[in-house]
Amino acid sequence: MDQLVATRTLLEVRKCRQAYPKEANNELVVLDDVNVSLREGEIVGLLGRSGSGKSTLLRIIAGLLRPTSGEVLWQGKTVRGPVRGVAMVFQSFALFPWLTVQENVELGLEAQGIARAEREVRAEEAIDLIGLGGYDGAYPKELSGGMRQRVGLARALVTHPDLLLMDEPFSALDVLTAETLRTDLIDLWSDRKLPVKSMLLVTHNIEEAVLMCDRILVFASDPGRVAHEMTVRFAHPRNRLDPAFRQMVDDIYAVMTRRKTPADLRAQAAQPATGFATPLHPIGTNLMSGLMETLAAPPYEGRADLPALAAALQYEVDELLPLGETLQLLKFAELEEGDIRLTEQGHRFVNAETEERKRIFAANLRAQVPLVAAIRQVIDERWNHRASAVRFRDELEDHMSPERAEETLRTAISWGRYAELYSYDEEAQQFSLEDIEED
Amino acid sequence: MTSIAPPALVHGRRLPNAWDLAAILLVLGLLIGVVNVARGTLAPLAVAQAGHIHLDPAYLPGYAIRTTLRMFAALIASLIFTFTVATLAAKSRRAAIIIIPILDILQSVPILGFLSFTVLFFLHLFPGRELGAELAAVFAVFTSQAWNMTFSFYQSLTTEPADLDEACRSFGLSPWQRFWRLDVPFATPGLVWNTMLSMSGGWFFVVASEAITVGNTTFTLPGIGSYVAVALGRRDLPAIVYAVLAMLVVILMYDQLLFRPLVAWSAKFRFETVQTAADSEPWVLKLLRRTFILREAGGWLGDQVARIGRLRLGRAQRTFQSLRTDRQSSRLGDGVFYVLVALGAIYAFWQVAKFCAAHLQWSDLVTCLTLAVFTLARVIVALVVSSAIWLPLGVWVGLRPKATRIVQPVAQFLAAFPANLLFPIAVALIVAYRLAPNIWLTPLMILGTQWYVLFNVVAGASALPGDLKEVAANFGLRGFLRWRRLIIPGILPYLVTGLLTASGNAWNTSIVAEVASWGHTTLVAQGLGAYIAEATNAGNTARIVLGVAVMSAFVLVFNRLVWRPLYAYASRRTTLG
Repeated sequence: MDQLVATRTLLEVRKCRQAYPKEANNELVVLDDVNVSLREGEIVGLLGRSGSGKSTLLRIIAGLLRPTSGEVLWQGKTVRGPVRGVAMVFQSFALFPWLTVQENVELGLEAQGIARAEREVRAEEAIDLIGLGGYDGAYPKELSGGMRQRVGLARALVTHPDLLLMDEPFSALDVLTAETLRTDLIDLWSDRKLPVKSMLLVTHNIEEAVLMCDRILVFASDPGRVAHEMTVRFAHPRNRLDPAFRQMVDDIYAVMTRRKTPADLRAQAAQPATGFATPLHPIGTNLMSGLMETLAAPPYEGRADLPALAAALQYEVDELLPLGETLQLLKFAELEEGDIRLTEQGHRFVNAETEERKRIFAANLRAQVPLVAAIRQVIDERWNHRASAVRFRDELEDHMSPERAEETLRTAISWGRYAELYSYDEEAQQFSLEDIEED
Repeated sequence: MTSIAPPALVHGRRLPNAWDLAAILLVLGLLIGVVNVARGTLAPLAVAQAGHIHLDPAYLPGYAIRTTLRMFAALIASLIFTFTVATLAAKSRRAAIIIIPILDILQSVPILGFLSFTVLFFLHLFPGRELGAELAAVFAVFTSQAWNMTFSFYQSLTTEPADLDEACRSFGLSPWQRFWRLDVPFATPGLVWNTMLSMSGGWFFVVASEAITVGNTTFTLPGIGSYVAVALGRRDLPAIVYAVLAMLVVILMYDQLLFRPLVAWSAKFRFETVQTAADSEPWVLKLLRRTFILREAGGWLGDQVARIGRLRLGRAQRTFQSLRTDRQSSRLGDGVFYVLVALGAIYAFWQVAKFCAAHLQWSDLVTCLTLAVFTLARVIVALVVSSAIWLPLGVWVGLRPKATRIVQPVAQFLAAFPANLLFPIAVALIVAYRLAPNIWLTPLMILGTQWYVLFNVVAGASALPGDLKEVAANFGLRGFLRWRRLIIPGILPYLVTGLLTASGNAWNTSIVAEVASWGHTTLVAQGLGAYIAEATNAGNTARIVLGVAVMSAFVLVFNRLVWRPLYAYASRRTTLG
């Protein structure tokens, strides 16, 4: 990888900021001051949690979305829309179900007005390259997930793009299929058989990033920005069991679970926040108790290494981190440097019976989650002990996207129900104290 | 059998807003505009006489073909309207804001009441002898299909999956390519289903619009509808039976050659990623797919069509989709647009006011409203009675897969059969037994549309999840409890869909069902339909406009206050997740 320095810069993202206007002078910042550059001959990974804005950045780079400010330069020219020379592979595959494999692959060539004979030759090439030979006439729904994503890859490669953008391309596939596809792609890349100059991979899978990329940009959320950059110097094919590989995965876990730095806190302070502003992860209470029980039991005895725990539970980092953070929010556990540790209260919860568990959970919930506390307070203050969900939703939407607000409210409803702090009537969209026993 | 919710249920708000008001005014203004043009032509055209209709059954096949051709002309016109108007509404926020309420209102205008004007209007536009009347008949069928189809297409366009949209944009498809590669295929299942249902309803309108009497002039177009009208005037019962038989053959062919193959074929475009067990393939489709020559011919035809779709017409949007971010310029455009709509609405209001002041009194409105209440009562009774009959039967059938396979196609077939061909037989019976027309004309309103109730209930019952049926059996849920806890909630969305279709058609039918004649005997039931029909015979334009407006208002209010909330409730409460 020594020639990296000498090669040309393909793409540059300069000071990109993406924000959605909210009421008055309030706005929701998704990306803030993002600077990225891509050179020929490298695979770059954008690693971050879901909702951290990495997919938004990918769409800005693809020219599908206009950044609020800042610019993207493609081979020195400002990007003003979808660029020829950049092709995209989608997480959901985005295949047209009414077109056959071959017709799907030819789509990009049709758009360029290429004659039928040439289209067929090039489609055939791409189909064979990606290992789809024989499936030309099949419809996407006849294929397995892995085969579908191969169609997605062939469709992107057939246009001979300079840059291949991949938006979590393997996350909708099962573990084994995903691994086969990754190795196949890397093999083609190493053999220089791919008609592309550079690849950008968006992922939330740490091992995937270390396995495939030459450079990893770790994304931090709220607002999304590049928090850390790492170069991966292992030669392909890489070995997941190599201690150096494991060490790198551990390091990235540590970076991603690190306590907020002063700079982060300043960034957060820039956004006016009431107690409502914390989005809640939609984590079920059963899942929380399950993780706490696992942590308390051997072999963990209250403390676990996150990568090891993820591997044992067959969880991806994207599933495990929100769960850990939720336990941290409720003071049942603490995350530090890639480890998770059960707190005193967490141990008490695990050792308690059902009713006692609910009491502990309720106490922590009211103390740590301002939204839940506020809902209960409003119910208590009202003469009829009822409160409409609409006002809470509106207030949440001042601080986050409508989808996040809805998710947060749903989570608060579900946790509050478990804790028996309030009940909720879906039809009337109202909180109340019906069926709640006062103690 | 999949059942797709009618667009009227899915779309729109309950509470009217300023745009609805503007839409109402514009539609009323348009109707009055048509009336004004039509009235000017009434006198000179009185000479134009009816084409001669032979009652010899040998002429029937020819008449049947003429009737069918009218249906297809209307279908093509509706498709063109759908593709242009729905695309306009989906791509332009401003257009959508007024087009959608206008379509919603047009959907509830009983076009049968307006037939006489459209005949005169088209005769005025094309002063040929038959062309005008032909166009009016085609137009009547068009109005029974186009709004529904446009809604369906618009709904698909606005719910396209984001990733496919992004794929189209990132590969740089031109608007024309995108239309044929994404927009149309994605909309196809819903559009085909809605089109076929509308076309089934259309047979009723084409039969009704072939013989139109305005004042003392009767315009007859060669077709089955006119044949029946003439036979009716001559009290020729055998001729009516021949016509019914001919119609049965036509509908059977339509059902087998078009409806079934098309709906089954459109399943190919269903947006789903898992392969579902296919419904049995209709024999026509099987023939087309398995016979070598037919398959090759079909493939060649498909290729030619696809080639047109591949043309790079229009330029690919290699820019940001920036309609929503350019606030500054769009605000000015919005302003201009709002002013234009407001001016249009004000002009329409002035026209409506002038028209009303010149021709109508408040007492007319009171009469109309009273009569509308009578018709409303009739519609409700008809719905209740048909539900009482078809709900238990439909559930019984739906729970038995074998029976469902037999009954479902029969019900769809019967729904397509134009019930107005059977009216003379019913009227003959009422006359013979001296029954009270106020009561016994009511069943005619629901005669053709009750099948929608039946086949929706059957679809609902057969879609009840197997595990829930097993739970009910396991816990010994029986009788009323089983109905209350399992069956009624399970089929409610389907039942509402069926009832909505039935009620909309019942209002429309009242115009031909509340006044029925048998030779020189005419039976009249008190109601708004009879009011409109009599005003048409008398050539009283003002009363027709008033009657149609009041009926539209009733249908509109009924839809918004009853069916939409009910459907929203049913689909919210009876789906998991």
